Amino acid sequence: MSIYVKLILVPLLLCLFGPAHASAAGEVNLYSARKENLIKPLLDRFTEETGIAVNLVTGKADTLLQRLQREGRNSPADLLITTDAGRLHRAKTAGVTQAVSSETLNSLVPANFRDPKGHWFGLSLRARPILYVEGKIDPAELSTYEALSDAKWRGRICIRSSNNIYNQSLVASMIAANGKQATTQWAAGLVKNFARPPKGGDRDQIKAAAAGICDIAIANTYYLVGMLTSKDETQRQAAEKMALFWPNQAERGVHVNISGVALTRSAKNREQAIRLLEFLVSKPSQAWYAETNGEYPVRRDVAAGEILNTWGAFKLDSLNLGKLGENNPEAVRLMDRVGWK
Amino acid sequence: MRDAVSLRSARRKPRHTLLSTGVNAWHFAVALLALLLAVPVFVVLGHLFEPSGEVWRHLVDTVLQDYVINSLLLMIGVAIGVLLVGVSTAWLTSMCHFPGRSLFEWALLLPMAIPAYIIAYTYTGLFDFTGPFQTLLREWTGWGYGDYWFPEIRSLEGAALMLSLVLYPYVYLLSRAAFLSQSICVLDVSRTLGNGPWRSFFFVALPLARPAIVAGLSLALMETLADYGTVQYFGVSTFTTGIFRTWYGLNNATAAAQLSALLLLVVFALIMLEKGSRRQARYHHTTQRHQVLTRFQLTRKQGLMAFLICFGALFFGFLLPAGQLLWWAFTTAEESLDGRFLSLISHSLLLAGTASGLALLLALFFSYGKRRHGNWLVLAAVRMAGMGYAIPGTVIAVGVIIPFAAFDNALDAWVRERFGWSSGLLLSGTLAALLFAYLVRFLAVSLQTVDAGLGKIRPTLDEVARSLGSRSGEIVRKVHIPMLKGSLMTALLLVFVDVLKELPATLILRPFNYNTLAVRAYELASDERLADASYAALTIVIVGILPVILLSRSITRSRHAQST
Repeated sequence: MSIYVKLILVPLLLCLFGPAHASAAGEVNLYSARKENLIKPLLDRFTEETGIAVNLVTGKADTLLQRLQREGRNSPADLLITTDAGRLHRAKTAGVTQAVSSETLNSLVPANFRDPKGHWFGLSLRARPILYVEGKIDPAELSTYEALSDAKWRGRICIRSSNNIYNQSLVASMIAANGKQATTQWAAGLVKNFARPPKGGDRDQIKAAAAGICDIAIANTYYLVGMLTSKDETQRQAAEKMALFWPNQAERGVHVNISGVALTRSAKNREQAIRLLEFLVSKPSQAWYAETNGEYPVRRDVAAGEILNTWGAFKLDSLNLGKLGENNPEAVRLMDRVGWK
Repeated sequence: MRDAVSLRSARRKPRHTLLSTGVNAWHFAVALLALLLAVPVFVVLGHLFEPSGEVWRHLVDTVLQDYVINSLLLMIGVAIGVLLVGVSTAWLTSMCHFPGRSLFEWALLLPMAIPAYIIAYTYTGLFDFTGPFQTLLREWTGWGYGDYWFPEIRSLEGAALMLSLVLYPYVYLLSRAAFLSQSICVLDVSRTLGNGPWRSFFFVALPLARPAIVAGLSLALMETLADYGTVQYFGVSTFTTGIFRTWYGLNNATAAAQLSALLLLVVFALIMLEKGSRRQARYHHTTQRHQVLTRFQLTRKQGLMAFLICFGALFFGFLLPAGQLLWWAFTTAEESLDGRFLSLISHSLLLAGTASGLALLLALFFSYGKRRHGNWLVLAAVRMAGMGYAIPGTVIAVGVIIPFAAFDNALDAWVRERFGWSSGLLLSGTLAALLFAYLVRFLAVSLQTVDAGLGKIRPTLDEVARSLGSRSGEIVRKVHIPMLKGSLMTALLLVFVDVLKELPATLILRPFNYNTLAVRAYELASDERLADASYAALTIVIVGILPVILLSRSITRSRHAQST
């Protein structure tokens, strides 16, 4: 028993005294919905350059937001990073963010990828185009997201569950463009065209299309990049069968979401936090997103990287992404109603 | 003489009433501690009374029916699965001789170390349409999509299968302990009354083991209800996916908590129903003549069957998924073991060790409190404290954050006003908060296990000890703990492995820069990098294996000790 008593007491006592050991240059505390391996290397680089230590907790955006809200003015978090604009909008509405007026940020991040008042800023872009099996479909047959509800695609489309935020955002953007009613009709048509009930993630849709279950898959570009560069040969082979089509080029452009960041209202290391913000949109950082994860840089003056460049330039939806957050609940209801699982 | 009198008076004493609560400090402490642990459950239940807008109308009109039906079907499927596998393997390994028995004794516990969502990923990787199995099949036969039928792994049935494969050890462990402690006498009596081995099993051994089996089953079912990873990946809409869809998608945290509260009420009702159906039945032995069973000698054919049954459970629940993980780790993973891995392991071990130890102490305290001073307040408080197991970890975590942050902020406000400085967050974001969440979530596991063990010790033993002048603490130390050793070890191990695998509460409550193996595995897997997740997942399995082996040894030993 005595070993157990020690096992219990020591950590209990240790943890009652918080993990506060700042370096001389100060520190920044980060709540991040970007996974550790998709942000930590950048943070390490930042610490190396500036001497400012970065403390990190990763998790799901909504739970981090909940934690931030409950901790209130005493929250240790200085920055909140999410992987979609909707959650940034939610954080702003919940009143846990504050405005940043930085010339650097405003000049580097295009206006539709940041909050008009400076409550949040996009870091990288996640485009959601149409992928098709090369040879099975003539790209001339493809045009817009809207056209995917056409009866000619019956049983030919693979897309993941509507639980996923990227589908919710896509539908939210369509509500913004076409209105509720038209989008409901569209979604009902799309559901009829599903090759199978939605399951798995984006990579699974690509694999399914490559294996012949469907002809069209809707997925974010970085999943395709991840498969193309995978060590797993079957993943590479599947990805190589696919081609990419940028929809809605004649009108509003392809749907994009962002991974972005907000300064919290409780931030105690404001100065260091803003330095980190600016670092995250610096040229090397922006190139890093593209190189390591196949995301498009939010800055127009940074090259997208080798694989992304092969898919060419494209027009992207210029909707202010705060709208995605506003329309998100409506999008989910709409998908519930049409039976998009 | 005095002893006899005190014994009689103890018996005659009416059940404690609320008014007598203040008198008995022990009693009071149990209720207070249990209520403290029940706070997160109350926080969740409290949402029932908040207005949540018209979102309910929408849910009822569209998806609620799906959630309920799918959750029910899933529970039924898992119940059938874990009972079939768990009880049959427990009976075979404890009552019969067949080749490999002593290996299976502990190896059958291994699937417990695999997180449910990880087994789901590995099976999908293997048996999905694009997996190697079906691809080979197509290459051999020249078939294409739609030309042949193959069981769809990512379906409701598939989810039930996955959960059964990793959850049957609960039933196996608890019912095995029950079978082992059964005296040969009852089975002998059954035999002299003309019952064959099958009848004896179904009409004597099984009913006698019922509390243990039900305890194992209810753990498995509560975990099923709380599962999110598997059903989400398989695209099965259950109550849990509904909770998160309502929260994340519809952005309505209140309605999401209300859904959890409803779930909780259902679980509560089920437990009461089971308790009620037992009525006055007691399951401890009434005679001192306890003879250890001699195992049945099986014929070759029967032995082979027994071997195949046990091997099947081990193969599909552990060898196959672990093999797939190993394969991924060696062939396609871009991640590798490095120094950071050591800190992941030590964090996981520290949390799991501490939480399981604390949970065991609490369970002993509560279980004993119920036995000795079981008035309605103690019973209700302990039962509430054990409800956390059926709630998805994320919801429980929020139930922990809310009171902790409220306490911290209230204290901070008071200190600021009084002394002009800030005390900041004392508890939120510390390991203390995380450990508390583990206790809330997994107390049910150790409680059920200890309860099941304690229920088999006749209350007259307590009375005898008391009449001999032993005090409560002494009875626990000298009488109960030696008799309970197997159950205590089981409780320790179950919580240990559960914490090792625990994800949602760890994710949201952990301090800065504090990662565990489960967090690592999840982050990579949820980024659809299954192969890279294999290292962390495998390490969970390996770290979980050691205690499994130790436990099994100690259970076997406890049996030997009884027979001498």
